[in-house]
Amino acid sequence: MTLKEISIRNLIRRKGKAAFVLTGLVIGVTTVVAIISFVEAMTSDINHKLEKYGANILIVPKTENLTLSYGGLSLGGVSFEMEEIQETELTRVEAIKNARNIAALGPLVLGVIQVNGHRVLMAGVNFKVSGILKPWWRVQGELPDENGVLLGTEAARILNLKRGEALAVGEKTLRVTGIIEPTGSQDDQLAFARLATAQALFNKNGRVSMAEVAALCKDCPIEEMVRQISEALPGAKVMAIQQVVKGRMEALAQFKKFSFGISGVIMLIGSLVVLVTMMGSVRERTDEIGIFRAIGFRRGHVMKIIFLEAGIVSGLAGFIGYFLGLGVAKVAIEFFSESHSISVPFDIQLAAASLGVALLVGLLSSAYPALMAARLDPNEALRAL
Amino acid sequence: MSYIVAENLVKKYGNGNATVTAIGGISFKIEAGEFIGVMGESGAGKSTLLSVVGAMNAPTSGSLRVDEIDVYSLSREQRADFRREFLGFIFQSFHLVPYLTVLENVMLPLAIIKAGKHKKRDLAEQALSQVGLLGKAHRLPNQISGGEKERVAIARSIVNEPPVLLADEPTGNLDSKTSSEIMNLLQSLNEQGMTIIMVTHSHESAKYAQRILQVSDGVLVGKN
Repeated sequence: MTLKEISIRNLIRRKGKAAFVLTGLVIGVTTVVAIISFVEAMTSDINHKLEKYGANILIVPKTENLTLSYGGLSLGGVSFEMEEIQETELTRVEAIKNARNIAALGPLVLGVIQVNGHRVLMAGVNFKVSGILKPWWRVQGELPDENGVLLGTEAARILNLKRGEALAVGEKTLRVTGIIEPTGSQDDQLAFARLATAQALFNKNGRVSMAEVAALCKDCPIEEMVRQISEALPGAKVMAIQQVVKGRMEALAQFKKFSFGISGVIMLIGSLVVLVTMMGSVRERTDEIGIFRAIGFRRGHVMKIIFLEAGIVSGLAGFIGYFLGLGVAKVAIEFFSESHSISVPFDIQLAAASLGVALLVGLLSSAYPALMAARLDPNEALRAL
Repeated sequence: MSYIVAENLVKKYGNGNATVTAIGGISFKIEAGEFIGVMGESGAGKSTLLSVVGAMNAPTSGSLRVDEIDVYSLSREQRADFRREFLGFIFQSFHLVPYLTVLENVMLPLAIIKAGKHKKRDLAEQALSQVGLLGKAHRLPNQISGGEKERVAIARSIVNEPPVLLADEPTGNLDSKTSSEIMNLLQSLNEQGMTIIMVTHSHESAKYAQRILQVSDGVLVGKN
């Protein structure tokens, strides 16, 4: 017979009360785990989607001119008298501290070409990274070689060009290798050629108009990436395209705060359930505790019995609550999210934390009842019967 | 020097006009191995006296020495240790823990001592064997009779071999035949050298005692 055995026997005997405490704590832990798992899974999903958004940082030359276009309308035409970035300078971006977070770096040279009497904006790009920078592109045909050109759907319609047809740009003839399906973006109105081809056409060898960066900022704030690139390229202006993601992240952060608040309230209710039940249990066991004290149990022994009971129930609640919370999070994600790719993985840290929180709440809530039990005067306890 | 020495024990409850004197100055000496009966009418202060001697109820004044230890100069926790080492308690209403088996109830005082599981079990079985209940070791208290519960209580009180046994109306809830068996058991323990102080109303039970302390209105009115 040990104190632990006494605790276990008492729990078995008072199954109803033990189940009540267990349920209270399980509900609390389940809610907290479900909320945290749900928020973490959603955050992870958004971070994952960040990659699909393509370029999220723009590097452009510093200029003193103000933009004369708004919402797709350009007033005063397109000015190409802007400064340019030396292509070699861009290699410095690959040496920044968070270089491992850069999925793709795409230099881009812009220029205007005359085709069939129409002025068309041509972009020279690196098609090797276009899959990362422009993941929404669906090309009918092939990516161009050094003598090829890819047309946006609007550009193809206005220029009346089809796949395989040729167009003359100055002295060079380029063949249309593919048409980009409508994207709803400015890309629909552009002609895309290889970077080197465009640089040669515009006589801008070794120079680029801008660069796009796809940064995977799961573990780093995008502002930090922008700062690092700005430091590497002091002559360039570095901007983050993050409104959409930031908006979603902010909404998620607010939901996170709200959820943690709710979790706190639920855990508080759970702890009150433990407190009230344990107090009742101690009152019911006055005689028993009186006997313990009469036969020589110290206060510490009595407290240990109560804490062991609370610890066993709380530990069990933490364990059950974690797995139940995971299940609830999975169901909630299926119910609330349109994405089918979100997973809720087993998280050892969260499992340990839920066990720790359950134990902490259980033990803290049992502290007063345990103290009350330990302070019972054996003579008073036995005389009261 | 006597084994138990009580000097002018006074126990009062309440304050001011509401003060009730449960014990009004009791002194006595008990030698090791004696069997003492404490008798008196209801409310005379017998049980209060027993609780004071049992190191559970600090007297308002006076002193109690057991084996030359000034019991009430000890701290509460030291008194708990003292009870564990020196005293065995038998209560009128048995006070068995209902969710523990007979064997486990007997092992209860051993739960807080450092000894191996087998050693504890052996000691508990020995105690149960002494009271003739080894065959019912695995029953729960609600599966045995009143007399058997009293035997379990006795086994629990002697399992750690305390030198002093305090019994509060040990036959109060038992029929005469079972009472007689219990008293024979206590006598046998006394013959083995255990000092017994027993509070009782029963003159039959009191016959087993070597000496009677007669209490009335909180004071000793007679010693046999």
